[in-house]
Amino acid sequence: MNWRGLWTLFMKESRRFLSVAVQTLFAPVVTTLLYLLVFGQLLDEESVAFRGVDYAHFLVPGLAMMALMQNAFANSSSSLIQSKMHGNIVFLLLAPLSPLEIYLAFLGSAVLRGLLVGLMVFLVGWLGYGVSWQAPGWILLFAVLSGAVMGGLGIMAGILSEKYDHLAAFQNFIVVPLTFLSGVFYSIHQLPPVWQQASHFNPFFYMVDGFRYGFFQQSDVPLGVSLSVTFGFLALVSAINLWLLVKGVKIRH
Amino acid sequence: MSAPAVEFQGVAKRYGDLWALKGIDLAIPQGSFYGLLGHNGAGKSTLINAMAGLVTPTRGRIRVMGHDVQRNYRASRRALGVVPQELIDEPFFSVRELLELQSGYFGLHGRRQRAWLDELLERLSLTDKANVKTHQLSGGMKRRLLIALALVHHPEVLVLDEPTAGVDVALRRSLWTFARELHAGGMTIILTTHYLEEAESLCDRIAIIHRGELVVEADKAELLARSPWKHVEIIGRGEPSGALAGQVCERLADGWRFRLPREAGLGALLDQARACGIEIEDLRVIEPDLEQVFLSLTEEGA
Repeated sequence: MNWRGLWTLFMKESRRFLSVAVQTLFAPVVTTLLYLLVFGQLLDEESVAFRGVDYAHFLVPGLAMMALMQNAFANSSSSLIQSKMHGNIVFLLLAPLSPLEIYLAFLGSAVLRGLLVGLMVFLVGWLGYGVSWQAPGWILLFAVLSGAVMGGLGIMAGILSEKYDHLAAFQNFIVVPLTFLSGVFYSIHQLPPVWQQASHFNPFFYMVDGFRYGFFQQSDVPLGVSLSVTFGFLALVSAINLWLLVKGVKIRH
Repeated sequence: MSAPAVEFQGVAKRYGDLWALKGIDLAIPQGSFYGLLGHNGAGKSTLINAMAGLVTPTRGRIRVMGHDVQRNYRASRRALGVVPQELIDEPFFSVRELLELQSGYFGLHGRRQRAWLDELLERLSLTDKANVKTHQLSGGMKRRLLIALALVHHPEVLVLDEPTAGVDVALRRSLWTFARELHAGGMTIILTTHYLEEAESLCDRIAIIHRGELVVEADKAELLARSPWKHVEIIGRGEPSGALAGQVCERLADGWRFRLPREAGLGALLDQARACGIEIEDLRVIEPDLEQVFLSLTEEGA
C-alpha cells in the first residue's frame, strides 16, 4: 500500500472542502436546521413516531443523518466531477496510487465531511431540544457506515458523470428522493402498508433506522437487519466502484 | 546495451470503428532526446497517453524502464513524468501546495523533497508565484507548473506533449534550455511537437506516426539522409520553359526553387537554365530538412 499517497489524497480532499467551509459545512447545517424548525414545531403536537418519544426528538437524529448522507455524497461526487472538468484528475491518474487507495481516500474524506455536518446538526438538536442518546457506539457505527455508503455513491456518480448535468440528475432523481423517503421525517409504521413494504426496498431506510436506534433503542426493523443491509450495500457500492476504477471507466480511456 | 527507456510491442487502440493506433512496435533508447512526430490525429497523444496509463490499449504491451505499464503500474509511473498538452486548473491550491500534494502521491516528503521543490520553482521561474493559485497564472506559467509537477518525483523519462503550443518565443527558448539541461543530466526525453525545426534541433532520434502507424523510426541524421529530393535555388533573370518549368517547385522574388531527385547532378539543371536564356546570378543548394522528410513520408497516399 502507498500509505503516504493515500494520506496525501485524503488530506487534499479534506482541505478542499474545509477551505470552503461556509458552503460545504455551515450552509447544509443551516438548511437542515430550518427543516427542524419548521417540521419540529408544526408536527410536534400531531405526531408520535416512537413510544415515549416526541416528534422533535425523533426528528433530530433523522435530520442529522440526512445531512450526513447528503454531504458525504456531495463531497466525493463534486470533487471528482470538478477534477474531470478542470482536467486536474490527470495528476491523480499519473501517480502510483492503486484504485483501492484512490477509493479509500475519497471515501474517508466524504465520511469526514458527513460526520462534521451531522455532528453540528446533532449539537444544535442536543442544545436546543435536549436530545439524548442511549447507545453512542451504534450511533457512531451507523454514521460512519452511512457516510461511507453515500461517499461511495458519490464516487460512483462522479466517475460516471460526464458533466454537471449528469451529476445533478443522479442527485435529484436518486439520492434526494431515497433520502426523503428513508424515514428521516417519520417512522414507517405511520405509513400505509404498501408504502411500508416499499420502504424496505430503500437501503437508506436501514441506515436511518439503525442510526436512530442508537438514540432511542427503538427501531422500525431489528438492528441486525439494518446493520446487515447497510454493510451489504456498502460492500456492493465498494465492489462496483473498485471495478470502475480498475477498468478506468470514464476516467482512463 | 541497456533496456529501452520505453518499449511498445504491438500497441493498438480502437475507439469504436476507428483504430487510433494500428500495432506500434517501437523502442525508445535510454538517454535519448526522442521526437515523436505526426499530423494532428496521427495517434501521437494516444501513444503517449497509453504510455502514461491514461489510455488502455486494446492490444499490445508497453514497458517504461522495463516496468509493464498495466501490470507494474506503480514502478512505471515512478519512472515517468508527463507534461500534458492541455493546460490545467486546480482552484483550491497554490502552486507550492500542488507540488507538495503531487510529491505526497509519490510518497515523497521531508526536507530534501522541499529543497527539490524549491529548486524546481527556481529553475522554472515560479518562485515568486509559489503561493498563488493556478487561475492567477498566465498560460506560460501554467505550462511551467505542469513541467514542475511532472518532475517532482525525479522521473527517468520525461514526456513533453506539445509543450510549446501557444507559448511565446522567449518562454519557448527557456523551456528548451531547461529540457537540454535535463537531458544532459541523463534523463530520457520524449517530445511531440508541431514545430519540426524544434524537433530537428533538439532530438537525436525521431519516429513519425501517420494514421496510427509507425512510418519511420531512425536517427535524425539517417532520417535526413532519406529525403528523396534536394532543392536548388537559382537567382537570376529570364523565364524557365519546357522540362525546366516542370521542375520549378516555388517561384521566388528574384529566381526559382527547383526540386531535383537527390542523386541528380547540378550540371544538367544549369545547362537547361542556360538553354532557356536564364542569366544565372547566384546558386544555392538547400540541404534536406526534417520538414521535407516529414511531408514526403506523410503525404496523402504515402
